[in-house]
Amino acid sequence: MAALALALSASPALAATIEVTIDKLVFSPSSVQAKVGDTIEWTNKDVIAHTATVKGGWDVMIPAKSKGKVTLKAPGAVDYFCRFHPNMKGHVAVTP
Amino acid sequence: MFMRSTTALAAVLFVGAAPLALAAEKPTDPQIAHIAYTAGTIDIEAAKQAIKKSKNKEVVAFAKDMERDHAAVNKQALDLVKKLKVTPEDNDTSKALAKAAKEERAKLEKLKGADFDKAYIDNEVAYHKQVDSALETLLIPSASNAELKSLLETGLKIFQGHEQHAEHVAGMLK
Repeated sequence: MAALALALSASPALAATIEVTIDKLVFSPSSVQAKVGDTIEWTNKDVIAHTATVKGGWDVMIPAKSKGKVTLKAPGAVDYFCRFHPNMKGHVAVTP
Repeated sequence: MFMRSTTALAAVLFVGAAPLALAAEKPTDPQIAHIAYTAGTIDIEAAKQAIKKSKNKEVVAFAKDMERDHAAVNKQALDLVKKLKVTPEDNDTSKALAKAAKEERAKLEKLKGADFDKAYIDNEVAYHKQVDSALETLLIPSASNAELKSLLETGLKIFQGHEQHAEHVAGMLK
């Protein structure tokens, strides 16, 4: 029993899903912290499609009134933006 | 009086005249709704022309983005005016916008290939700038209904996004 408890506590934390809402062309929260293996899920409330795009990195389509997600594979801080409306900006800090 | 105020509006849209001078002659909500809808329709028409004429992948993708976004926003605008029981009212600014757009389309129709692509994208940058400025300095401050104002504010963010997107595409064409 004790060994099992120890094993459980030593195992890595379950991957989390971090929610980001898009409303009227604003990512909210605009900056999030995550760990490698976590997923970011965007919920788009706008009637127009957006993307969450990292230059030279991931590119997530987020259709109108819909959702899009990405699982973070590498540590580091990245800025992302919407390819269709580059005035929309967000930030993700990924720790190992 | 009506003629004078709408002519002054047209002056702001096309020359970017000092908006403060117009404070006393604001467009009405039905006129604002018509101007905003017309501005969206113009960009959809321009996009359709580009989708038909351009062979450039980036330009066609951009045009499809414009067509999709402006159609969605115009649908929202129509839903709103219906809900508010406002009948969009044609006016000299809308007429001037439509006339200028028709001339631009005719000009673009004569161009081909890279010349067309460049002219279309350059016009998209200029057109969005012009509409942004009209929204910011005149249409948004003049709107009296809160929901209409809010829709115009979101519209401004979309247009500003399109302007940056167009500038990005223009940079790739060089």
